[in-house]
Amino acid sequence: MKAPLSWIKDYVDLDGKTVEEIGQALTMTGLEVEEILLVGLEKPAGQRLQNKYSGLSWDREKFVVAEVLEVNQHPNADKLTLCQLNDGKEIKTVLTGAPNLYPFIGKGKLEPTIKVAYAKEGAQLYDGHQPGLVLTKLKKVTIRGVESSSMIASEKELGISEEHDGVIFLDDDAPVGMPLADYMGDAVFDVKILPNMARDASIIGIARELAAAYGLELKEPQGLPLKTGGAIEDYVGLEIRDPELNTRFMLGMVKNVCAKPSPYWVRRRLVLAGMRPIDALVDATNYTMLETGQPLHAFDYDVLRKRANGKPTIITRRAEEGEKLTTLDDHQLTLSSETELVTDTAGPLSLAGVMGGQESGISAESTQVLLEAAAWNFINIRKTGSRYRINSEASYRFSRDVHPALTEQALGLCLCRMREWAGGEVVEGVIDQYPLRREDPVNTLTEADIERSLGLRIDLKEAKAILERLGFSCQLEGEILSAKTPANRTDIETGIIGKANLIEEVSRIYGFERIPTRRLTGELPPQLGVKQVEFEEQVRDIMVSLGMQDTLAYRQTSIEREAKLLPECKADETLRYVKIANPISPERTVMRRSTLATMLELLERNGRLAEGLALFEIGPVFLPVEGQLLPDEPKRLAIGLWGAKYLSAWSENQNRTVDFYDLKGVLEGLMQGLHLQNVEYRPLGDHPTFHPGKAAGIYAGETLLGVMGEIHPLIRQNYDFPEGAILAAEIYLDQLMPLVEKGFQVRSISTFPTMVEDIALIVDENVPASQVEALIRKAGGKLLVGVRLFDLFRSEKLGQGKKSLAYQLTYQAFDRTLSVADAAAIRKKIVKLLGFELGAVLRDS
Amino acid sequence: MSEIELNLQTEQEKGLQSLAAINSLPELEVWKQSFLGKSSLVMTTFGKMGSFSKEERPLVGKAVNAVKVAFEAAFASKEEVLKRDALLQSMESEKLDVSLPGRAARRGRLHPINLSLREIYRIFGDMGFQVYSSPEVETDDMNFTYLNIPPYHPSRDMWDTFYTEDENVLLRTHTSPGQVRSMREYYPNPVRVILPGACMRYEQLDQSHEIEFMQFELLVVDKGITFADLKGTIEDFTKRMFGPGADTRFRPSHFPFTEPSAELDMACVFCGGSGCGVCHGTGWIELGGCGMVHPRVLQYGGYDPEVYSGFAAGVGIDRTTLLRYHIDDIRYLRNNDIRFLEQF
Ligand SMILES: [Zn+2]
Repeated sequence: MKAPLSWIKDYVDLDGKTVEEIGQALTMTGLEVEEILLVGLEKPAGQRLQNKYSGLSWDREKFVVAEVLEVNQHPNADKLTLCQLNDGKEIKTVLTGAPNLYPFIGKGKLEPTIKVAYAKEGAQLYDGHQPGLVLTKLKKVTIRGVESSSMIASEKELGISEEHDGVIFLDDDAPVGMPLADYMGDAVFDVKILPNMARDASIIGIARELAAAYGLELKEPQGLPLKTGGAIEDYVGLEIRDPELNTRFMLGMVKNVCAKPSPYWVRRRLVLAGMRPIDALVDATNYTMLETGQPLHAFDYDVLRKRANGKPTIITRRAEEGEKLTTLDDHQLTLSSETELVTDTAGPLSLAGVMGGQESGISAESTQVLLEAAAWNFINIRKTGSRYRINSEASYRFSRDVHPALTEQALGLCLCRMREWAGGEVVEGVIDQYPLRREDPVNTLTEADIERSLGLRIDLKEAKAILERLGFSCQLEGEILSAKTPANRTDIETGIIGKANLIEEVSRIYGFERIPTRRLTGELPPQLGVKQVEFEEQVRDIMVSLGMQDTLAYRQTSIEREAKLLPECKADETLRYVKIANPISPERTVMRRSTLATMLELLERNGRLAEGLALFEIGPVFLPVEGQLLPDEPKRLAIGLWGAKYLSAWSENQNRTVDFYDLKGVLEGLMQGLHLQNVEYRPLGDHPTFHPGKAAGIYAGETLLGVMGEIHPLIRQNYDFPEGAILAAEIYLDQLMPLVEKGFQVRSISTFPTMVEDIALIVDENVPASQVEALIRKAGGKLLVGVRLFDLFRSEKLGQGKKSLAYQLTYQAFDRTLSVADAAAIRKKIVKLLGFELGAVLRDS
Repeated sequence: MSEIELNLQTEQEKGLQSLAAINSLPELEVWKQSFLGKSSLVMTTFGKMGSFSKEERPLVGKAVNAVKVAFEAAFASKEEVLKRDALLQSMESEKLDVSLPGRAARRGRLHPINLSLREIYRIFGDMGFQVYSSPEVETDDMNFTYLNIPPYHPSRDMWDTFYTEDENVLLRTHTSPGQVRSMREYYPNPVRVILPGACMRYEQLDQSHEIEFMQFELLVVDKGITFADLKGTIEDFTKRMFGPGADTRFRPSHFPFTEPSAELDMACVFCGGSGCGVCHGTGWIELGGCGMVHPRVLQYGGYDPEVYSGFAAGVGIDRTTLLRYHIDDIRYLRNNDIRFLEQF
């Protein structure tokens, strides 16, 4: 809501208060001022301004009200005129190209003179010929032989609007010589209207809040006194068919009007408030809506009369399915039966509370105006607005629930303005049907209620004064304050909620800064904890300790992006996704199912920015489940490795790049960190994403904990990866978590010396190393405390399809120093068992 | 004194004198050969002991022994001095250029958002808050209706929502649905939780707007909870998180699920409140929203608003992170550019 200060001042006396103070006062009552646009007024001095400012200030010496006495043709240019102008001090000749002065060329001395905004040499204003707001300073120039150093300004040049088709014609009573800033300098507060403050989507509403904040009187404007019935009943009839949707409907009428331009001060206010001036009739409805918050609609009475072939009857009702209406902005709508309409006996006239119809609206030719002020069901208006995708100033307000009482005030004011600005006479009486009267809630409040919410006692007398300033009618009886909601707001409920509503009203005006601060006391809740979050943090810490970089990925992706994990990017049609109904872009249409896909994208993006990457991410995937409203959101750990294993150094180059076993080392580090024993890595086989020979499934028993490996060379082609193997893993933390115990047991350490020896065994190529090690441990028994593979060797000497695995074995006992004989006995058992189980033989040399 | 005794005395003087002049280990070795070697006077004297008379023998024996002991002692101390000198000398040549860079160890790091989150957990953990998590894909009821935002209510406009193909399911726009979820779990006990997590809003991505962002919500429900508790808790948090200069301001506002509602502003940490580009010259930075839990929300959570009261606050973790590290563009946080992440 854009509220010009000059307009607000019509209703509350803010003299002596600076723009900065008023902006702050609005913000601190809950009407956040997003920006203050200066239109002529000076920017407040001082370093620390709490408001944001924009706009133009008019130097009081250099911008003044002036009058054009005579308009003459420029001797050497068709499109230029020379104006005789009185700026209050002297008569000057001013050069201008404004087309709206052409009609006055050669008319001699003008009577009356034309009042204009005059900018003198040195004035700083916006360049009218450049797009946007470009500041410029008026300098002396010579145009086709005529010298010019000053100008008659347009709205654009003064920063009032984008209008530059002509210069401003001020109202005739503008005092010549007065600094322009004093005459019409303004500041526009751009106020954020929160949903519970619908009443403040109006200048009076904003003035009311300021009056309450400052403890000043609100001077509400007086329109025509309204009397139901009378002559108007001879002109029009009214029927409300669905009071739930149309709680009140009022009609007034003006005859013999003329749709001429409104006074300049009206047009200027409309422009500053963000609306386009049209003519006196349209402007009167818009002006009154901005002023009161009540939208109005004007019908061309002659059209209605013609349609009805006599006295028209206005009928408000739901549309019939399929009924048609062409709106003011030329859209042909096919209506749904949920839509509330204003109609007559011949059919739809307008989309109730949202937008008028083309046929029956007023035009420049209208001379008889029927004026509607009505109250509509806000939810229905909202549905209508979104169904037909129409956003209007009217629907903006009605969809926030306008109080039906406002119709009276608005109708009285608007009729008054039409008469004043467009001439004509008001037909006696109004039609008013109010079938569903709104009951304004009465709530009670005690000091204890306030203290229970705020932790502060506020004297009920002070609370009463605050509420009265906001328009509540209050009564204080003993220790109970009762407050009747004013007939302009719709946000106050009843009961315990009504009390809370009142406490909010009292506290925001009283000032939150006056509420004390206190530390929490009281009993602590039962300690439930969240195992899942704690586990996630544990995993994150282990990953960081392994030198991995934590990352954070988007949840929103597309099926196409995830299909890059599959051959030829062909999506798996059997996978169900959480699909976004209103995606922000084609790249983000679903919630991800895979953290692997987001990790590969991260590797791709960073591939050329580093020597090597070691990344991880912990986050949810979203898996729809049949028969379940919400998807499962299990947490995943994604790991990505690429490039140099070691960061390069000046002294020596260890320029090995990472491979499968580096990734496995990270995973082993993780499992060790979690103290998880007996994790197995089994060949993954033909997983579509991974290299068939360089990938493993990670198992605990038969539970699959995740997949890991080198990305399949064909899948690589779906990405723009740098050279080198891409390694990735996805771990199912939800599967892993239940296996991890809260504590673990520490082994004691023997004080007796260890004995170390090596053993090399030749086995078939296809025997997994993990099996060899398991058998060595089994045969070695508890005296064998360490088994470490240190060499893997293949040669023709060993034979086709054979490999040699060399282990370092460590023996140690808890009760004695082991002898050579002890070691030999264990070794013998190992060789025997492996020979028996795997056909392994000792390698001699 | 016999001739031999005199000779030994002369030998001792000569030996010790020449030893004093020695400066290197090889010279010392030569000296040892001449004065303690096989053909040295001391050793040859020992060898021909039998040739002395019975009376002379003890005297000569005593004298030669004394010379030997003196030589050995002098040799040992000289050797120690020379060895230490040699060691010191050799170290001189091992001198490094300590200004050369070290060989880098690969350091893992937490994402800045998670760094902030840890700090937030720690601070609120100290105040007795427990973490509670709830789904990111939520029901319309939890995200809106139970928070006093019924369908078609104008307050729905406050959130630009991503909906899913199921009209009852959406991407949560805030962490507030966790309020009702946690209340229902803790009922009838008091509630003191922190609800962290990702939220999603339909926004055009720019320097300060994200379609996905992290937020945390505070919720306290008990008998006798007041706005004063809310102010105290928030002030303690901001001062610990941003330093003692982080003054707060509670500005009236509106959220459907709190009554009264306040916008939470913090004195700008960039300029100390004197006004700068970040705070648009106002000296204040918006941190989040807060207020007393709306009676209807308490009811949806199972608590009788006539008996219980509570406060809630929602603060952006992305925003907190930007402020903590003076980052000027929110998009850095989810771009995961390694050159950004490695600065933490
Ligand atoms: Zn600042």
